[in-house]
Amino acid sequence: MSSSDTALPTYKPKDFASDQDVRWCPGCGDYAVLAAVRKALPNIGKRKEDIVFVSGIGCAARFPYYMETYGMHSIHGRAPAFATGIKLANPELDVWLVSGDGDQFSIGGNHTIHAMRRNVGLRILMLNNRIYGLTKGQYSPTSERGKITKSTPMGSLDQPVNPLALALAAECTFVARCIDIDAKTLTATMERAAEHEGCAFIEVYQDCNIFNHQAWFYASQKNTRPSNTVDLMHGEPLIFGEERNMGIAIIDGKASVVTIGEDGVTEDDILVHDETDRSTAFLLANMFHPELPEALGVLYCNPDRPAYEQASHEQVVEAMATNRETDIATLVAGHDTWMVED
Amino acid sequence: MPDTSVDTQSTTPTQVEAVTVRFAGDSGDGMQLAGGQFTSTTALVGNDFSTFPDYPAEIRAPRGTTFGVSGFQVHFAARPIHTPGDAVDVLVAMNPAALKTNVGDVRPGGMVIADEDEFTKVNLKKAGYGPEDSPLDEPAIKDRCRVVRVPLSRMVREKLSETGQGAKEIDRCRNMFALGMVCWLYDRPLEPTIEWLESYFGRKKNLPAVAEMNVMALKAGWAFGETTEAIPERYVVPAADLPPGRYRKISGNEAMVLGLAFAGELASKQVTYCGYPITPASDVLHGLANLKRWGVQTFQAEDEIAAACAAIGVSYAGGIGVTGTSGPGLALKGEALGLAVMLELPIIVIDVQRAGPATGMPTKTEQADLLQAFYGRSGEAPCIVLAPSSPADCFDMAIEAVRLSTRAMCPAIILSDAGLANGAEPWRIPDLKSIDAIEINHPVAQSDDSEVFHPYERDVETQARRWAIPGTPGLEHRVGGLEKEDVTGNVSYDGPNHQHMIHMRSAKIERLADVIPPIEVGGDTAADTLVIGWGGTQGAITSAVGRLRADGVQLASAHLRYLNPMPCNLGEVLARYPRIIVPEINSGQLQLLLRAQYLVNAQGINVIQGRGFHVDELVQGIQAIIEGANG
Ligand code: SF4
Repeated sequence: MSSSDTALPTYKPKDFASDQDVRWCPGCGDYAVLAAVRKALPNIGKRKEDIVFVSGIGCAARFPYYMETYGMHSIHGRAPAFATGIKLANPELDVWLVSGDGDQFSIGGNHTIHAMRRNVGLRILMLNNRIYGLTKGQYSPTSERGKITKSTPMGSLDQPVNPLALALAAECTFVARCIDIDAKTLTATMERAAEHEGCAFIEVYQDCNIFNHQAWFYASQKNTRPSNTVDLMHGEPLIFGEERNMGIAIIDGKASVVTIGEDGVTEDDILVHDETDRSTAFLLANMFHPELPEALGVLYCNPDRPAYEQASHEQVVEAMATNRETDIATLVAGHDTWMVED
Repeated sequence: MPDTSVDTQSTTPTQVEAVTVRFAGDSGDGMQLAGGQFTSTTALVGNDFSTFPDYPAEIRAPRGTTFGVSGFQVHFAARPIHTPGDAVDVLVAMNPAALKTNVGDVRPGGMVIADEDEFTKVNLKKAGYGPEDSPLDEPAIKDRCRVVRVPLSRMVREKLSETGQGAKEIDRCRNMFALGMVCWLYDRPLEPTIEWLESYFGRKKNLPAVAEMNVMALKAGWAFGETTEAIPERYVVPAADLPPGRYRKISGNEAMVLGLAFAGELASKQVTYCGYPITPASDVLHGLANLKRWGVQTFQAEDEIAAACAAIGVSYAGGIGVTGTSGPGLALKGEALGLAVMLELPIIVIDVQRAGPATGMPTKTEQADLLQAFYGRSGEAPCIVLAPSSPADCFDMAIEAVRLSTRAMCPAIILSDAGLANGAEPWRIPDLKSIDAIEINHPVAQSDDSEVFHPYERDVETQARRWAIPGTPGLEHRVGGLEKEDVTGNVSYDGPNHQHMIHMRSAKIERLADVIPPIEVGGDTAADTLVIGWGGTQGAITSAVGRLRADGVQLASAHLRYLNPMPCNLGEVLARYPRIIVPEINSGQLQLLLRAQYLVNAQGINVIQGRGFHVDELVQGIQAIIEGANG
């Protein structure tokens, strides 16, 4: 169903901008993500008519309106289910899902788990701002415990969900984390997600400068990023810090910070990132500031599991090749018929 | 009612017009199988028939308990019939619990065939009888019915002991003995059942020994009938005068499955069925999952909501998205359906209604989701509403749903019910070539970039927007749940536009009235009284009206299969009758709609007991209304 008979046009980011005015609050992190998406799409080898953006409800869910592709702004929490249907009907489409923390993990938690475990070929961008923005500032499922908001004047009681660990537990085959204003990592990670056959999940630390400003500043700023985060590169050691002399080593089965050159630690002692290793990915997903630097980039990638929609279509193709009645009238008549004569 | 009077002692078969037989036993006793085979044989003999399987809600209830009783009722006749029968002529009771729960439905003068070996102290206790009770000898039963005590278990064991099989395996053949006996009673051939047993157990399951045991038990049952003096009489029900043609037996869920698959062929589109297991709709999911060879795709979603949303996703991408459920599931799908109304996308929603609210009585039938189908969404979100009138009609209505939904770009809800879904009837197989193709035109690629595509531009005739699908160059557009400006499809908070769009969303459905058949009035069209029903009650209403008219009561009757929109001539038809009677298995939902929409004095007959109407109660209900008015 995709139009592949002519050469792929060369797109520029502006080719993906729709005619709609963008209506996020000035200074919102969503702008940076929108720019990064428009920058990444020309590089993924897809025609814009074959791309669909699907969203639920929330600030981030406005996304499809701003993209000059096909798009559906659906209902709260259900975007993974709509996206699954779209992929089932036409596996050739490149389906992107843009959500927020509330949409994805509160009302949409169930659908998220099941789209992931099925390995539906979706690219999920979850813009995590740790707050409900559109409804004006209630705590969200990723808000830290004790969060004071309009709905929690004495502080929230809930333990926040860990999006990456949840994705890994749900058997998601591509799990990554980025920061809204880090266009380079974000674009590169999206391009990798676009190559992935199965379900790709990218958590994006996004600043809601109205209701939860600076929530991620410990990780996103020039002066905080080097020492509070660690960039993951497959096959490279986990080194970080202003001086790039800090590293993550596994000591007694736990991720620990070590300093190269101190206590006899050398670069050889530093954990080398293997993105195919799911158990290490769990370990990385559980590194949190301030104890440990937070992991950025691709934590886990398993390219081998087939995408759900492909497998579903293969079953249909296989069934159609075998055991089929000669015509549909034979099917409708069934095995046991009788004649009533005139 | 047949006259199978108990004191006749003749041995030549007595000819009767119509008979209702019910097989009742423990859920492990194979009653559905025995009943199903008896029905198939009945079909081959040329009777008209209607069946009513009555499953227990518990999957594996403790053996011998009343809540584990499974029944299968078949009504067969030498004339056209429309219901599974009110009162039972012959009850086969495989244990005390089956007797206890079913004997009340046996008509006075009817026959009860009981496996007397099962009436042990233990089993009596399980069924809630006292240890000294002897229900088969109780005057309340004995004086009303002819009780035939059969040493059924013992005879099966004796007969099959030579096979050397275990007691458990042997006992499993009791149902075939019972079937053999009933076949003898009504002079039905055993061959079709033998053939089925040999093919199913012998070839398909590769258990020839099991096939052989069952055949032995079946023949033994027949032989017992022949030799015993306990059953003094046999009956024959001659072939019915049905329209000529090739027939098959079909249940509502089977017909729905075939209708959906065939609708996909008619539309040259893939059908993707998105469902979540729920009684009594699951068989639609199972049936379609077995039709992948016809290009059908099925998706068992994580919940009812996801099933509806995925079906909408399918439609958005250009497929035929279908979701199926029962009442509680329809409630869960409500928000997604509202979105489909807003997106103006086709989607088919099957609601196999069951007794509610909440979990209610999942295996029992009801018609109480009509108003939910009409109004069960936030805001004003009209959907097409269709209701098949018989099991076979589910085939036609599935096709109609796809045709109308894609024409108006609007969700279509099909209201089936547990009675239709599981009940079976003979179906004259239609000539598929005579069914019109479903024409769907997607707008095609636009090469000229300067021209902006307007996703909500409407067809002049249907008022539907165009169905542009992803993958089409130049038609990239965004849809969503926020109110749309007409034509452009841009998000709009403009008040007058909102009112206009509310109007458009229902006007599209109203326009369908031009392409659906007008309602037909049967019976005495010039009578004062019109009996009008909808959906699965057609059989019972037809029978009741027929009986009253045979007694000289003047009655007109009509039946609605299209509910939204209603047929274009309905208002004019209703206006002709001073008295309008609306029988429904709810508290008066169609009655309410007819009163509201047409300002007529519709009166209801409402029986909501988890079962279809009995013809008797309808006859009485109609009479009471007429007499009340005249008296
Ligand atoms: S409320 Fe927060 S997240 Fe929403 S648009 Fe404004 S800044 Fe962005």
